Amino acid sequence: MSGADRTEALQGAVAAAHASGTPVQILGGGTKTFYGREPRGVPLSLAGHTGIVSYEPTELVISARSATPLAEIEAVLAANRQMLAFEPPHFGPGATLGGCVASGISGPRRPYGGAVRDHVLGVRLLNGKGEVLRFGGEVMKNVAGYDVSRLMTGAMGTLGVLLEVSLKVLPRPAVELTLRQSATVGHAIEAMGRWAGHPLPVSAAAFDGESLYLRLSGAESGVRAARGQIGGELVADGEGFWERLREHRHAFFASSMPLWRLSVPPAAPALDLPGKSLLDWGGAQRWLLSDAPASKIREAAAGTGGHACLFRGADRQGEVFHPLAPALEGLHRNLKRAFDPAGILNPGRLYAGL
Amino acid sequence: MQSEQTQTKGKRADRSGLIAALREILPPDAVLYEPEDLRPYECDGLSAYRQLPMVVVLPSTVGEVQAVMRLCHGHGVPVIARGAGTGLSGGALPRGDALLLSLAKLNRILDIDPANRTARVQPGVRNLAISEAAKPHGLYYAPDPSSQIACTIGGNVAENSGGVHCLKYGLTVHNILRIEVVTVEGERIRVGSEALDSPGYDLLALMTGSEGMLGVIVEVTVRLLPLPERVQVILAAFDRIETAGAAVAGIIAAGIIPSGLEMMDGPAIQAAEAFVHAGYPTDAAAILLCEIDGANEEVSERIAQVRRLLLESGATEVRTARDEQERLVFWKGRKAAFPAVGRLSPDYYCMDGTIPRRRLPEVLRRIGELSRDYGLAVANVFHAGDGNLHPLILYDANKPGELERTEELGGRILELCVEVGGTITGEHGVGIEKINQMCVQFRPLELTQFHAVKAAFDPRGLLNPGKAVPTLQRCAEFGAMHVHHGQRKFPELERF
Repeated sequence: MSGADRTEALQGAVAAAHASGTPVQILGGGTKTFYGREPRGVPLSLAGHTGIVSYEPTELVISARSATPLAEIEAVLAANRQMLAFEPPHFGPGATLGGCVASGISGPRRPYGGAVRDHVLGVRLLNGKGEVLRFGGEVMKNVAGYDVSRLMTGAMGTLGVLLEVSLKVLPRPAVELTLRQSATVGHAIEAMGRWAGHPLPVSAAAFDGESLYLRLSGAESGVRAARGQIGGELVADGEGFWERLREHRHAFFASSMPLWRLSVPPAAPALDLPGKSLLDWGGAQRWLLSDAPASKIREAAAGTGGHACLFRGADRQGEVFHPLAPALEGLHRNLKRAFDPAGILNPGRLYAGL
Repeated sequence: MQSEQTQTKGKRADRSGLIAALREILPPDAVLYEPEDLRPYECDGLSAYRQLPMVVVLPSTVGEVQAVMRLCHGHGVPVIARGAGTGLSGGALPRGDALLLSLAKLNRILDIDPANRTARVQPGVRNLAISEAAKPHGLYYAPDPSSQIACTIGGNVAENSGGVHCLKYGLTVHNILRIEVVTVEGERIRVGSEALDSPGYDLLALMTGSEGMLGVIVEVTVRLLPLPERVQVILAAFDRIETAGAAVAGIIAAGIIPSGLEMMDGPAIQAAEAFVHAGYPTDAAAILLCEIDGANEEVSERIAQVRRLLLESGATEVRTARDEQERLVFWKGRKAAFPAVGRLSPDYYCMDGTIPRRRLPEVLRRIGELSRDYGLAVANVFHAGDGNLHPLILYDANKPGELERTEELGGRILELCVEVGGTITGEHGVGIEKINQMCVQFRPLELTQFHAVKAAFDPRGLLNPGKAVPTLQRCAEFGAMHVHHGQRKFPELERF
C-alpha cells in the first residue's frame, strides 16, 4: 500500500533528543495545537510517515502509520461501507491518525459507539529512549500484557511517539436520520436519558439551547419503528448538523470566549454557570462558553462526579485539564518516567511536570 | 508444576508474627492459617497448579483491605488478590511466601442509578448478580463470561473478561466507568469518573486486565445497557470449516454485527450433542450460531438477511429458533461444550488464543496436525465474531507424562496463534499458565517496558509476583529449551 515508513529517522531523532535531554514537540497535521497546554520543544514532525499498512474489511481492522491523514482513512473505510465509530473531530484538513489517537477526542457517536480508546487495538511507538515497541495487535480480544495501547490514547504524546495504530472499525449503518424537537434544557436532559434507557437505535443526541437533536442509525425497519416512537421533525441535512457540531463549526462555537468542555454523568441537571452552553453525548459532554473563573467551573463539574477542561482559548500556560488528586498525580509522574525517563516528549503538554 | 518462587525484594516476614499482626486488625474468623483452612485456596480455575498460601485474609470493609495492605507493605510480604477463584490462567495461584487476599466478603451492590445507567458495586459481587439487580430498570451489564454465575466483577476487571457478546458490546474495559483501588502502600484511589472519561492518562484501561499486578480493586462502577427488545438465533451447519469461516466473513461484510457469533468444530459438536441433545447435526464439520438482538422489526429484518447469507455461503442446513425455548436449546449445546468435552476424557485443558479470523481454516488444520503428533484429541469452540479460539485438549492426568505433553501441546497452539498474527490470550489472562508464551509474544524491549509500568505502581514487586509478565531471565531459559525456527529468541542474554 502507499506511503512511506520513516521509523528509522524518527527513532534517530528521539534517541538523540533523549541523549541530549532536548525536549521535543511532536507534530502531526498541526490541527490540534490549540488543545492542551502550550506546546514547547524542538518540533519533531511526523510528516511523510504515512500509509495504510493493512486493511481487511471483514476482519473489521485497519492499521496505518501515524501521519496518515484521517480523511484518507475515512475515505478508504467509506468505500467499503465502514467507518470509525467514534466519529473523530478533525479540526482542520490536515488531521492525522496519530493526532486523533494522542488527543483522544471523540465525536457525537461516542456514548453509543464508544470512544477512540475503545477502538484502539494496538500501537507501534517510540518511547522516550527512542526504542521501537509494539503493544496490542490487530485482533479484537487481547489481554496479553498491560494495555499500553489504550494508555497512549489521550496521553497527548507525553508517553510515546505513535508510529502505527490499529483500530477496530465498524459497518456504516444502512440508514441514518436526524429528528428535531424544541425543548428546554431540563426536558432535553430528561428525554435524552429516557431514550438511552430503551433499546432504541440512537447514535447521537444533542441540545443546542433551543432544540433537541436525535440521530437514529441502523437497519431500515428498526430506524423507522424508532422514529414513530420518538416523533419530532425530520432534519433535512442531519449529516451536516452532526458534522458542524463535531467540527465546532456550529454557530454556537463562533465566539471569542474561552471554550470549556465539561464531562459529566448524563443525567446531571443543568449547571448553574454563567455563559452559554450546548449539550452533546446525550448530556454527558457539555460545551460551555464562559469567562467564569476556572475554579468555579471545575467545582461545578466535579460536584456532579465529572470534570472540566479548558478546551480552547484563554491562558494555555496554566493547567487546562482538570487537576488530579495527589495520589493519582504521583502515579502519572511515575508512568511518565517509566516511558520517558529524560522527560523529553511533549513535556508539559498535558500537565506541568509531565 | 510449581510457580516460580522468585525471591521478592524486602525482608521476609516471619509467618507467626504476621498472623498475630493480622489478627489485631481483622476479626479472628477473617484470618486463615491452619492447613485445612488454607486448602480451599490452593488453586483457582486452573487446578493443575496448586500451592498453599502462607495465610488467607477475608476483609469485609475497604478499611480492612487498606490495613492489610499497609501491614504487608511494612513487612515486605507479597499479596495475591482473589475473587471467586474461577480464573483459568492461574492468576490467583497462591505462593507459600505470600498473603492471599480474598475479596469475597466485599459483596454488596452499593447503588443502581437508572437515570445514568450505572451500577456501583463491591468487587466480590457476582457478574450475573449485577444484571439481575438491574433488570427491574430494564437494564443489564453486557460482558458475560461463561462463568458469570460464579465469577466476580473484581476478577472480571483484573482479567478484562469477555464473553459471547464481545463483538457487539465489548469487553470489561468498554463497560466500566470507574474503579476504586487500594495501592500497594494501602492508599485508596479513584480511577475513572462517573462521566464517560476522566482527566489524565487512561489508568482505567491500564488497570483493567492487569491481573492484580498494579493494585487491589475494591469498588467498580459499571455501565448498564437497555435490555434488547428481542433476541433471535440461527443455527447453520457446514460440511467444511472453510465454508463456515467464509460465511462469518460474509455476515460481517454485509454490515451486520451479530450480538453473538459462535462456531464449534466436529468433535465439539459431537460431544455437546451427546451431552445435552440440542439437536445439533453431528455429521457437520462445523456449526455456527448467530444471534441477533435489538428492536423487534430490526431483528426480523436482520434474521432474514443472515439466513439468506448463510444459505448463499453454502450452509448445508439453516435453522431459525422458532421460539425462546428453542433459542435456549440452541445455546445450551454451546454453553455446555466444555463440560461435554469433559465427559469424553478424564481431564481437559482449555486454551485461549485469538487469531485473525481469516486464518481459522489454516489454524484448525495445523491444530489437527499437532493433535496427531502429540496423540491427544482436541475439540475447538470459537468466538467466531472476534477471532477468539478455545481449543480443548483431552488428556488423562493419571497417565504419567500426559499433563506435561498437554501443556507442551497447549504452548504450541498459542505459539501458532502468535505466528498467524494473533495473541496468546483473548480473555483468560496470562497468569502463571501462559507466562512462557509471553516470551514468544513480546520481545525483551516490550517486556522491560512492562516491568517499568509495574514499578510505577509497585516498585518493590509485592503485588502478585511472578505472574503475567516474565522476567528476561525466565525468557532466556525458556528460549534455550525451545529454539524457534533454528534461531534463539534472546541471543543477547547469557544462558544459565
